[in-house]
Amino acid sequence: MASSSERSPPPFPDTEDQDVLDSEEVGGRDSDEDDGEELFMSASNTPLTKQDTPTSPDSQASDLMEDLSVGPPSSQTEKSAASSSPEEFVDLTNNLESRVAAESSSPEPSDEFFDILGSETQKVEVEASVKADSGEASSGGPDLPGEKTGSSSAAPIINLDNDVQPPRIGGKVIDPLAQILGDTPAADPKKPSSAVVDLFEDDGSDIFTGAPQSKASSRPEKGLFGEPDEDLFGGPLGAMSKKTTENEGKSGTAKAAGPTFSKPTEPADIFTEEAAATTVPRTSNTVNSKANGVHSEEDLFTEATVELSLDSPRSSRKNEETSKPSASSSSSSLSAPARQAKPPPAALEELEDEEEAELEDKFDVLVSVKDPEKVGDGMNAYMAYKVSTETTLPMFRNKLFTVRRRFSDFLGLYEKLSEKHGPNGLIVPPPPEKSILGMTKVKVGKEDSSSADFVERRRGALERYLQRVVNHPLLLQDPDVREFLEKDELPRAVSTQTLSGAGFLKMINKATDAVSKMTIKMNESDAWFEEKLQEVESADQHFRKLHALVESLVVHRKELSLNTANFAKSAAMLGSAEDNTALSRALSQLAEVEDKIEQLHQDQAAYDTFSFAELIADYIRLLGAVRGSFDHRIKAWQRWQDAQAMLQKKRETEAKLLWANKPDKLQQAKDEIVEWEARVTQFERDFERVSATVRKEVLRFEKQRTKNFKRQITKYLELLLQSQQQLIKYWEAFLPEAKAIA
Amino acid sequence: FQFIGIEHVVKTLRSVSVDLNNDASLLIDIPDALCERDKVKFTVHTKTTLSSFQKPEFSVPRQHEDFIWLHDTLVETEDYAGLIIPPAPPKPDFESPREKMHKLGEGEATMTKEEYTKMKQELEAEYLAVFKKTVQVHEVFLQRLSSHPVLSKDRNFQIFLEYDQDLSVRRKNAKEMFGGFFKNMVKSADEVLIAGVKEVDDFFEQEKTFLLDYFSKIKEATAKAEKMTRSHKNIADDYIRLSATLNSLSAEESTNYYIIKFCLKLFQNFLRVCLKKVEGRVASDEELKLTELLRYYMRDIQAAKDLLYRRARALADYENSNKALDKARLKGKDVSQAEEHQKRCLQKFDTLSESGKKELTNFKARRVVAFRKNLVEMAELEVKHAKNNMTLLQGCIELLSGN
Repeated sequence: MASSSERSPPPFPDTEDQDVLDSEEVGGRDSDEDDGEELFMSASNTPLTKQDTPTSPDSQASDLMEDLSVGPPSSQTEKSAASSSPEEFVDLTNNLESRVAAESSSPEPSDEFFDILGSETQKVEVEASVKADSGEASSGGPDLPGEKTGSSSAAPIINLDNDVQPPRIGGKVIDPLAQILGDTPAADPKKPSSAVVDLFEDDGSDIFTGAPQSKASSRPEKGLFGEPDEDLFGGPLGAMSKKTTENEGKSGTAKAAGPTFSKPTEPADIFTEEAAATTVPRTSNTVNSKANGVHSEEDLFTEATVELSLDSPRSSRKNEETSKPSASSSSSSLSAPARQAKPPPAALEELEDEEEAELEDKFDVLVSVKDPEKVGDGMNAYMAYKVSTETTLPMFRNKLFTVRRRFSDFLGLYEKLSEKHGPNGLIVPPPPEKSILGMTKVKVGKEDSSSADFVERRRGALERYLQRVVNHPLLLQDPDVREFLEKDELPRAVSTQTLSGAGFLKMINKATDAVSKMTIKMNESDAWFEEKLQEVESADQHFRKLHALVESLVVHRKELSLNTANFAKSAAMLGSAEDNTALSRALSQLAEVEDKIEQLHQDQAAYDTFSFAELIADYIRLLGAVRGSFDHRIKAWQRWQDAQAMLQKKRETEAKLLWANKPDKLQQAKDEIVEWEARVTQFERDFERVSATVRKEVLRFEKQRTKNFKRQITKYLELLLQSQQQLIKYWEAFLPEAKAIA
Repeated sequence: FQFIGIEHVVKTLRSVSVDLNNDASLLIDIPDALCERDKVKFTVHTKTTLSSFQKPEFSVPRQHEDFIWLHDTLVETEDYAGLIIPPAPPKPDFESPREKMHKLGEGEATMTKEEYTKMKQELEAEYLAVFKKTVQVHEVFLQRLSSHPVLSKDRNFQIFLEYDQDLSVRRKNAKEMFGGFFKNMVKSADEVLIAGVKEVDDFFEQEKTFLLDYFSKIKEATAKAEKMTRSHKNIADDYIRLSATLNSLSAEESTNYYIIKFCLKLFQNFLRVCLKKVEGRVASDEELKLTELLRYYMRDIQAAKDLLYRRARALADYENSNKALDKARLKGKDVSQAEEHQKRCLQKFDTLSESGKKELTNFKARRVVAFRKNLVEMAELEVKHAKNNMTLLQGCIELLSGN
């Protein structure tokens, strides 16, 4: 377990460094926080830094997901840190990390956490960032509610921790928390939702106010909690409420560790142990883990799960359990039902609204890929493209900038994006495929029309691919996207090498995926998904056929153009052989007309290719991506199911032990059950989240495609119209010539 | 569509050969034909005021081989050596549509039902068009004979038209086929030999070079035009398939693609109505107006070349007879016989030259008129189709942008 937890941290350090600026702010905040237990401070700082880092880069409506993920980890870490005692630290850190990872993995919770942290630590800064985020999020949609609620709930909690930290608060807090927890299943969802709603509506300001208040007194927490519980989301909030509950539980544990939860056996110790030093490192780790989590949710999940399992044993044994596992598990178990049921609908609606908003927007970023250029010679040659970005978004340093990228960079970007966002159910726009044949031709340096055609096709496809990426509100926020657009030098993307070891591994992975896809028989509870999947599959089939037909049309059109040219030549010859002057003239005119028509056919072939065939090819690629997102959803479902099966097993073991009257092992079995319950909820939440995202993404995809299709087909028809007009002109000009034959 | 197409074929083919002297005294047409396996039985219907026929109106069944027989006997008649014998109609070729039909049957499993039906319809139409074209080519052959002042009086021609029993022309056996082949070889060799004979008449000298040159050019142009029309047809076929696929796509039972479906449906309609038909028409019009014209004149020029050959042969004969006469005179033997022969050769040559000149001039005028007619018609049709296309496209675009 430790090893797993450690893994997650390593990557993060960089992010932490980046966050340094934020950390300063945190420090300021810390100072603000007078109460200031060292532990808390450190914890708070770390969270802040975490928060800041995510927020600052994304300052604007950064990806909700990121924020969420970042947020939760930090909050968790804080709590955990606070709650965990130094001794336990190692374990705690691991646990924390694991927890964090788990939390981060689930976006919603993370959001909440994030907010919470922000509100807590940096009243102003965090709040501001939260506000900004929330504002953005609100525009974006689904995440916001979660964040707000999270923030509200979090804020109180945090405040409690920071301000009230001391025992008294803890006690109070704990009680409320406990109550809440108890209530959570039923009441929680509603309450949180209301709070969330309010927060959202108010955006930053509310949050701010709320946060300060909470800080000021421990009451706020209760109030906040109470509010959230009352109004909170009927449905979606459930998730939030869970989070909040979790937070609460955590905070409670942290504060009063012991009292609130039976699990947090050694609250006091934990606190003391928490010692700033230990907490800090942990926090950093957690932060890292968070960042990682944000990027690759899947990884986080897996890690989280692993860690959790590891942790859970430990935690059950010791304080950690109390701090995080207990909180999370308890909260999760409590809130779990509510969350699960509620989150999807609300999130969905919001998502849809967001979508609409997005669609209305004109693109803020225009990307063009130009000037394909061959670099190098022989088989090591590659094509480089100029990628120019024109934008009005403040997140970019300039309004207009250009970088040079090679084809594998585009693929590398896709790999990164799909690794990070694919598991969340995002439809990551796919780039054009590698084409060994086409590229070899280019490499060999044949300057024939087919290789020029190939390069142009690819250039267009790359441009559309990038444009799609930046049009996606979440993907645009990805640091890798920005790096790709802005940074002068990119590290070489290796994994795209066709025959590299990585490529081979990927192939194997894909093969196993395919096998598991066949073996996993998901009994689909959601008719919508079933219907969509069928639709997508049949559309895919049809479009593939269509594409083949259009390609053959292009081939025939080119043939026609060639044959027309040949005929034009021989008609001219015939004209020259003709001894009747008028007829001879008419024949050479005919030759000219046919020459022009040949050009028309050629143009038409190009239209067929670029406005029609490529449109369909893009569509097929995108349909593949859509199916990929469905697969990710099924994977999430599978994880959930597996965890459920596992839980069932554990319960059976417990029953057996109970019957066999083996108390020594019984405790362990119970712990395991708790752990697995937590995991089941976690996975179920993940599944709901992925489902919601996929749904949103598919709707977005359909809308955009529809627009695009209409535009492209209209364009194609217009081009056809033009060539018909030309044709009329040519033949009408020829007519008098033919009539003049005497 | 099929019927329109066929009417179209009929009308067009008649214009391939333009009759310069329209004579109502002998009217021939082929109102009906029956396709049995490889054989096509044509019903040749004649309406005449000429007293050389027993009845004013009659119909007889004839096969492709009978036409060939008639053509061959005309070519072999000495008296007609100075005439351009109308080219024999090409053998009916149903192979390509049949083969396509076969392929379609094999590929039935791979396409949708609708697509299959459409393709089948299309092939049936094509088959019918080929059939009609065959009939027309045979009709045109007879009509050219009937409008020719000399050939219309030919006894064999009249028998061909009137004899109401099966002509039971013997199919050429292997030996005869070989003989024909051999004869062709000899002829070609002979052509090379007499090419050395000095031409006495500038007109023929010019005609000869012209026809040789023209023939090679028109042959090439015909081949190219055929290729062009074929690729046009391919495109029309692509459109059919595209249209069928789009149709099945838009018929797909899915609720959320309705706008895409709408676009596709429109597009599909456009393809079906406009591109498939129009493109198909463009192809068939080009085929008929241009390719068929070129093809016909290619054969006609071959006939004219044959005439030149016969004349050149006669000239060579005359020169040979001159030499023979000189020899005879030298030897003082058979002089009168040689004189007689030489005289006959000269006479034959003169007649040939005279009628040949007339025929060639006639041919030239006929060719120019036919080209004019076809080219004008083709240009008009192209414009018409393009305009149709345009209207349809505009309609589609308006619908799309309006929605």
